[in-house]
Amino acid sequence: MKEKARLLDKEALGRMLMRIAHEILEKNQDIEELCLVGIRNRGVYLAGRIASCIEKIEKKSIPVGILDITLYRDDLTLIAAQPVVRGTAIDFDVTGKVLILVDDVLYTGRTIRAALDALTDFGRPKIIQLAVLVDRGHRELPIRADYVGKNIPTSLNESIEVRLDESDGKDEVVIMEK
Amino acid sequence: MVWSSKDLLGLEGLSREEIEFILDTASSFKEVSSREIKKVPALRGKTVVNLFYEPSTRTRVSFEIAAKRLSADVINIASETSSVRKGETLVDTGRNIEALKVDIIVIRHNYSGAAQMLARHLKASVVNAGDGWHEHPTQALLDMFTLREKLGRIQGLKVSIVGDIAHSRVARSNIWGLVKLGAQVTVCAPKMLIPAAIEEMGVGVTEDIDLALSGADAVNVLRMQFERDGENAFPRQLDYFSNFGITQERLKKAKKDIIVMHPGPINRGIEMSSEVADGMSSVILEQVTNGIAVRMAVLFLVAQANDRIKNNEDAH
Repeated sequence: MKEKARLLDKEALGRMLMRIAHEILEKNQDIEELCLVGIRNRGVYLAGRIASCIEKIEKKSIPVGILDITLYRDDLTLIAAQPVVRGTAIDFDVTGKVLILVDDVLYTGRTIRAALDALTDFGRPKIIQLAVLVDRGHRELPIRADYVGKNIPTSLNESIEVRLDESDGKDEVVIMEK
Repeated sequence: MVWSSKDLLGLEGLSREEIEFILDTASSFKEVSSREIKKVPALRGKTVVNLFYEPSTRTRVSFEIAAKRLSADVINIASETSSVRKGETLVDTGRNIEALKVDIIVIRHNYSGAAQMLARHLKASVVNAGDGWHEHPTQALLDMFTLREKLGRIQGLKVSIVGDIAHSRVARSNIWGLVKLGAQVTVCAPKMLIPAAIEEMGVGVTEDIDLALSGADAVNVLRMQFERDGENAFPRQLDYFSNFGITQERLKKAKKDIIVMHPGPINRGIEMSSEVADGMSSVILEQVTNGIAVRMAVLFLVAQANDRIKNNEDAH
């Protein structure tokens, strides 16, 4: 895989997350029932950043959880590499909440399917909404995002790499090609 | 790091990285048991057989709970009630279980090497739940998991293992694992219960319990197996407690925050006093809880590895 184009830099990414935070607040008036759950790995960092955007706007902090969907995947036996289980940490009750699920890239939709399965084991949220930084298309399941940073149509030969300061030392989104 | 073995037979053959990988995976599984719905679908559709040739409640129940929390189906076979009684060999029993399309066999056997032999003959995963005096890897892993959770590390810890070292697979697995992870291990027992050349495993040896406790970060107290009392070299129960039993008085001279472990079942008043077993230093029940997370990790890793092995065979 080689880098084809750089699509987002630090500033663009920051503005995008702030916009998503505003959209979340616009759609959900009651901040008391709002919570964020990030999907490992990069969804966790994005959820944390959206939460601090919301805090800046509303001067109120909202709970943020971590979801590891490894154990819920439907392709565990198909992936060649070692699946690494890193653990889930949702230390608040999700029942009755408006839960915003956060991930970096929305692609086949299978990760989100697994995440929805996992979340039902933690309780019954009032609403689950989905926020993603990039939607690259090619869905294999009937799933769509409520908040999208950027729609990036891709071919199957391409992949989207989201790099974040917390995990990769810099903020950028690039498109890679075989 | 990739876990590539379809079996877990012992800690002797594992690298430090592999042991740490199991412990890291286990940390992630621990959270599952604290949920209201204590179940994840990772091993849905897999079948686990607990094949126990020796009486065991805690290890078998722990494996059973671990498998069920991963959504596997579990069947228990105890040798007293099976055709082992009719003279079937271990490998034949294993092959018959495999013919039932079982994915993982968890075996406890009184012969050293039983798990290894079964693993060599079967394509199913084999997990050693204790073989003779040889190894009991998941017990040592849960002991190390507990140590790491309590003290934050294994590297550089001083750990003393007290009791019947000679007949203990728990001791052997612990020594292999702890030494690989950089702990400083001392074994302490009456001379007759210390096997010859144990120093070659990289441990210190003492017959002085106060010396074993002095400066130790943790003491792992083994069960005295008085069912072996017929062997006349075995110490008498009362003598053992006065010379080697862990008491509050002895702990007073040890590090203030020393951790006391025991694989169970405890003989109160023989290996340790009740005050110690139920006291502040004891992490015995936490070991039991951690055993589930460790066994979930092991079952998950061997099942994953075996799926990859089978996929590769299909591809060729």
